[in-house]
Amino acid sequence: MAVQGSILGNPVKRKEDAGILNGTTEYFDDLKIDGMLHIAFVRSTVAHANLGAIDTTDAEAMPGVVGVYTADNLEMPDVNGFIMLPPTMNRPPLAKGKVRFVGDIVAAVVANTKAEAVDAAETVIVDYDPLPVLVDMEASIADGAIAIHEGQPNNIAFGAAGMGMGAPVEGLMDEADVVVKGRFVNQRVAGVPMEPNGIIAIPEADGAMTAWIPTQGPHGQRGELAGVIGIDAEKLRVRAAAVGGGFGSKNTFHVEFGITAKAAIVLNRPVKWTETRSENMVSMVQGRGQIQYVELGLKRDGTITALRENVLGEAGAYPSLGAFLPFFTHTMACAVYNVPKLEFNWNAVLTNTTSIAAYRGAGRPEATQAIERILDMAAVELGIDPVDIRRKNLMPKFEAPGAPAGSGLAMYDTGDYAAPLDKALEAADYPALRAEQAKRRANNDVKQLGIGVSVYVEITAPAGLHIEYGKVEINEDGSANAYVGTSAHGQGHDTAFSMIVQELLGIPMDKVTLVQSDTALVPRGSGTAGSRSLQTAGSAVFRASEGVLETAKQIAANLLEANVDDIVLGDGGLQVAGVPSKLIGWGELASKAKASGIEGTADGLMHELDFDGQQSSFPFGSHIAVVEVDTETGKVELLRHIAVDDCGKILNPMLVRGQQHGGIAQGIAQALFEWVQYDEDGNPITANLMDYAIPSAAELPSFETYNTETPTHLNPLGAKGIGESGTIGSTPAVQNAVVDALQPFGVKNLDMPASSQRVWAAIQEARG
Amino acid sequence: MKISISVNGGAQEHDVEPRTLLVQYLREDCGLTGTKVGCDTSSCGACTVLFEGESVKSCTMLAAQADGGSVTTIEGLAAADGTLHPVQQAFHDKHGLQCGYCTAGMVMAAVGFLDENPTPSERDVREGLEGNLCRCTGYHNIVEAVLAAAETGAVSGGSK
Repeated sequence: MAVQGSILGNPVKRKEDAGILNGTTEYFDDLKIDGMLHIAFVRSTVAHANLGAIDTTDAEAMPGVVGVYTADNLEMPDVNGFIMLPPTMNRPPLAKGKVRFVGDIVAAVVANTKAEAVDAAETVIVDYDPLPVLVDMEASIADGAIAIHEGQPNNIAFGAAGMGMGAPVEGLMDEADVVVKGRFVNQRVAGVPMEPNGIIAIPEADGAMTAWIPTQGPHGQRGELAGVIGIDAEKLRVRAAAVGGGFGSKNTFHVEFGITAKAAIVLNRPVKWTETRSENMVSMVQGRGQIQYVELGLKRDGTITALRENVLGEAGAYPSLGAFLPFFTHTMACAVYNVPKLEFNWNAVLTNTTSIAAYRGAGRPEATQAIERILDMAAVELGIDPVDIRRKNLMPKFEAPGAPAGSGLAMYDTGDYAAPLDKALEAADYPALRAEQAKRRANNDVKQLGIGVSVYVEITAPAGLHIEYGKVEINEDGSANAYVGTSAHGQGHDTAFSMIVQELLGIPMDKVTLVQSDTALVPRGSGTAGSRSLQTAGSAVFRASEGVLETAKQIAANLLEANVDDIVLGDGGLQVAGVPSKLIGWGELASKAKASGIEGTADGLMHELDFDGQQSSFPFGSHIAVVEVDTETGKVELLRHIAVDDCGKILNPMLVRGQQHGGIAQGIAQALFEWVQYDEDGNPITANLMDYAIPSAAELPSFETYNTETPTHLNPLGAKGIGESGTIGSTPAVQNAVVDALQPFGVKNLDMPASSQRVWAAIQEARG
Repeated sequence: MKISISVNGGAQEHDVEPRTLLVQYLREDCGLTGTKVGCDTSSCGACTVLFEGESVKSCTMLAAQADGGSVTTIEGLAAADGTLHPVQQAFHDKHGLQCGYCTAGMVMAAVGFLDENPTPSERDVREGLEGNLCRCTGYHNIVEAVLAAAETGAVSGGSK
């Protein structure tokens, strides 16, 4: 049937669902590989120590054990966690000489079954000679603190100075009537994809290997893994089966992949690692972890004159991407506001903890939190409504070619920041909320109302990730394949990208197969991260479909002896305009492509390219949170959350809603519930899902989600990213709401998460 | 030890270690990998199945405890002709799943819940699914899906 009208912009249901709903969709842990062995890791139980003897004698004699490995008998190069970091902080996959956090890997046991591997791993005896432990960034940088890595003075892994930035700005606050100061902790949180980490490493003939990894970016993993196990990347095929969530954490190379694959090579057998959740909570990279010293200069009328931020960003024991993420915080520091002068300095700090890397938002939520929090403090100090102080400083609407970010580090593409704020205020009925709040305050009610507002802009397809590979090819049965270098793990790309092919070629989306997540089938790609997939890979599919159409029109014109300009899309193929009887189906066009002699048909009817969006895009929005705080118990209940997110032109509103909902929930979770904690000895005390509080349905309300649509000129879809927006907008709105509820008590700030205990303590302290 | 369990209406007999959890048994011995493992503290609910028609986290039971009983997993929920159970259909219609890893457990928990509470309020649904964690959806559409399934009036649970 011909496709009537445009499918784009419609809430098309997902192609992905059928296999998930009947349990046949396979995740890596579901794959059955003949002769597969299992690996278990012996992890350090102390946070910082010189490593003594490792006694593996008992383990080697345990039933089913085929190999026990330490750094002494499984050689691998140390792993660099991020390209800009010096090699002094590289991580040995199996610890050498020292352990630096609870979870560092001391030994590995391979056995016939997982139970045998775990049983044997428990018999390995390790001598530790404890060293002083650092779990607090301010303690790490203090004079006299022990060096976690030699050659990194004050435990600073990296920082603004390393990028030639961070210098003081002379006379920064000269124009300010008032300077409002805050110290904000953006606490460490864990990604907790419901599917934990793992790998199946399968040695193949001629020294090749296939590795199944639940990752967001197979091509990136291939490069890293090949280096660690010492084979050519060309000989390593990395595939992802269905992936059970990532949220940034599954974009990172984990050393367990290297150890498992190396053991597989040594044993010449497939070896599998399935991470337990308790392992996951110490091993998988975590997110956030900033201490921010913020100063905002303003005129008495609320006009911003200058902003100073000094940020400590936690890197963990072995620095990874997290040692760079404060740069994104710097990039987005001024957010949606006119900030005439900015001074921003940052340092990434080593601690005896799990590494920090990307988690939904990755550096931008921290930027939004800092500016939105300090603005609320300024509003209170100056006696201005939080909405009014934002309006006074908002950048005016702008269209292509954009306006520079206040930091000078980015060029915003398009923005209309008042639009989502207006819509959110209207949806919330802001005046009514303030009236209700005033009433409760006047009555001295036990349950006080708090209203929190945020306006944000963020950066998607960041850091050069605006280019992506795509290919569309037509099969001789009339179906199509779309190849992309992104790698979906829940987002619904099969649905979204198939919609694009249907839109441009009229091939029904159920006849479109998405090919992704396999380095053997997709030549290159940067994976799914930074909310980049639709705007880059989606655009590549769009352009590739256009290329296919152009070639197919030439083939059809020759076959129909018509002018190519008269060829149009018809019912299941191409036809002469106005003459449906003169139609050639897609299958026939494909089968006649090679023989047509038309340029670009040597491999059939296909088109491939690397789409280049030229730069990052900048989605934005406004969130309003309404909380009720029980002033006797400190309990916070989120009553309403209103979100207006602008991700440019919307391709599938159902998928966009889903991304908003998930992002909002994770952002709320940081504001109210989640916090990865260590005791003073560096023991993680939130290392399972009993102790780490990811919210259930019972802790959250339904969300009130809306959009404004301000297209970008950067791609043919007009699309910006949506994956991280909800997280970025929601956290400060909720935190601001909690502090707003406590304003009658004189509470000026409350660090996240706003647990009952913290809220109660803040009220008690304020009451004296 | 030898155990015999009716799984999705078919007899399964295996010799298992006494310490084998029901979820391990389903995944490794029966080859039914639709049921997932998301934690090791019985917190996440990804492994939820129906045992004797009631939802249970299959990591909280030993396979041996299920000996002689009947289990329904996600693979056995749809009708023999493939027609989705109303809860499965509602999850699809309302976009109640994203990465899908929690979905099997969430759907089975919802089936068990609706069997006991066929006309729930939103609050009932939220509290009824408290034992199942989802990291993608923020639960919004899951709750919508369960409410929509309830509205069909065709949501009797129980093992088949």
